Amino acid sequence: MSALVVDALTVAFGRFTALDAVSLAVDPGEVRAVIGPNGAGKTTLLDVISGITKPVSGRVTLGDGIDLTKSSEAAIARAGVRRKFQKPSVFPALTVRENLEIGCGPTLSGRARPARIASVLAEIGLAPRAAVLAGRLAHGEKQWLEIGMVLAAEPALLLLDEPVAGLSDAETAHTAALIRALRRPDRAILVIEHDMGFVEAVADRVTVLHEGRTLYEGSMRGARGDARVIEVFLGR
Amino acid sequence: MSGALQTALPSSTGPATRALRDPLVAGLVGLCLAAAAALLVAPPAPYLVNAVGQLAAFAILAVSLDLVWGYLGILSLGHGLFFAIGGYVCAMHLLAHGVAATGVLPDFVQFMGWKSLPAYWAGLDHAAYAFVLALALAGLVAFVFGLASFRSRVNGVYFSIISQALVYVAMLLMYRNDTGLGGNNGMTGFPLLFGWPMGAPGVATGLAVATLLALAAVLAGARLLVGSALGRRMLACRDDETRLRTLGYSTTRLKLGIWCLSAMIAALAGILYVPQVGIINPRVLAPDLSIEIAVWVAIGGLGRLGGAVIGAILVNGLKFWLSAAMPEAWPFILSGLVLLVVLVLPNGLLDLPGLRLRPTWLRAAR
Repeated sequence: MSALVVDALTVAFGRFTALDAVSLAVDPGEVRAVIGPNGAGKTTLLDVISGITKPVSGRVTLGDGIDLTKSSEAAIARAGVRRKFQKPSVFPALTVRENLEIGCGPTLSGRARPARIASVLAEIGLAPRAAVLAGRLAHGEKQWLEIGMVLAAEPALLLLDEPVAGLSDAETAHTAALIRALRRPDRAILVIEHDMGFVEAVADRVTVLHEGRTLYEGSMRGARGDARVIEVFLGR
Repeated sequence: MSGALQTALPSSTGPATRALRDPLVAGLVGLCLAAAAALLVAPPAPYLVNAVGQLAAFAILAVSLDLVWGYLGILSLGHGLFFAIGGYVCAMHLLAHGVAATGVLPDFVQFMGWKSLPAYWAGLDHAAYAFVLALALAGLVAFVFGLASFRSRVNGVYFSIISQALVYVAMLLMYRNDTGLGGNNGMTGFPLLFGWPMGAPGVATGLAVATLLALAAVLAGARLLVGSALGRRMLACRDDETRLRTLGYSTTRLKLGIWCLSAMIAALAGILYVPQVGIINPRVLAPDLSIEIAVWVAIGGLGRLGGAVIGAILVNGLKFWLSAAMPEAWPFILSGLVLLVVLVLPNGLLDLPGLRLRPTWLRAAR
């Protein structure tokens, strides 16, 4: 059974069709990258999965059959979906530890929290910075903290929107290693990214979107050799 | 003016740690208790006792607004509504209490040609019922308005404008003479408080002491709230509501709960204020008075409970003094203070270096 099924999803903003009957299925344990030029509909896809945008038609189902297009953001999150936003979205007035505490979600028992927070701190490498206000972290550290916040609830589906945008090469390599380490048999990860080297390093399969439609689905190596993908990315 | 107030929002780094272990709040709570003791032991001139009591009521009102504005990012420009609900119900109690004791109907009832108090005044001569009714009514109005707004995700300046409209509508309603609440003259001439004649020695002192104790309790309670896990969620909601929602939290419930709590604290301030001034009329529902509450908080220091108290006391203290000495200058002085805060002290008077009580503030501030 798939972890996430997107079925004939159509999203329109006024007369502009952002997504046009897009379908894709992500398996548990898979890291899937969604790539495509600006305006292809990548972020819109994540907006629908996380409940921020409602589609015109189509369904998005999570593994156990919940239709995400009919659920609130909070209900989707409680069903095990977590999203890392493109712009690092951490709570600047709270410390790193307090951010992670909130990241654990409303349902985790108070007794289980300290251990969970400690393990996430170690995983994202911010243990020495636990007492620092998140607003004072460097850009890369904010990205890692936000990944930690979405990890703290042990999500079944992790959505990552351009996790290496604006990062240095060294930070990108660190992030790629972090995401590879997040892979688990019971967790699906959906990454949106422009950086092809990064996608090749983390993704099992890629879906190429172009003008709201699926252009290609398969391996990154196959995408590099696909004539239509080359045309969209490199121009005629 | 609301535009200026928006820019006076605190820089988003810092206030959390400032809120935790807040020596300023502890000091102010101690000061309230000391002042209450001093009033009991050696009461000063009656007008001073009265002024202290009124200032404490305004400080409670300022704390109620700071809770939603400074810690949750919801700027209400209609908090006068909840203050007025407390005040009106308290006035109704005082008059009903008088009627029950003396049998003489209040002036406005006689002017309307009525033979008795309207039916919905029933039971208001009981202080406990009136107290519960005032808080419940404020909570209910806040709940209905908050539910409608927060569910449809009305935020920011739109919420502020609607809250302002709400207080204005309430003012128009209360100006009507057939509401049975005194119309444009309001309600005054309260004869008794808990069976004591209003002018009896000790009544003013008792009211001022009760208000100071209430302020101490509200400050301490608000401090516990903002320092708790719930308080951290409030700051998270203030800074990035979508982020908090996509982490599985119902921000509508969070905002609604704190909003209703804030409204009830404002109503408590109104309850304590009215017997001390001896009158309530629709003027408390004037939009500019509601904006003034936001000005107290902005001047004192938004997002810091101590700042709200200092702002309310300083601005109103100044107002008491100046509106007697040179009333025509007061609006200009108030505007000047607002400009000063917006341009020079974005976090209010607590930005003044001398008031930085904890050295870590310096590190957290920039």
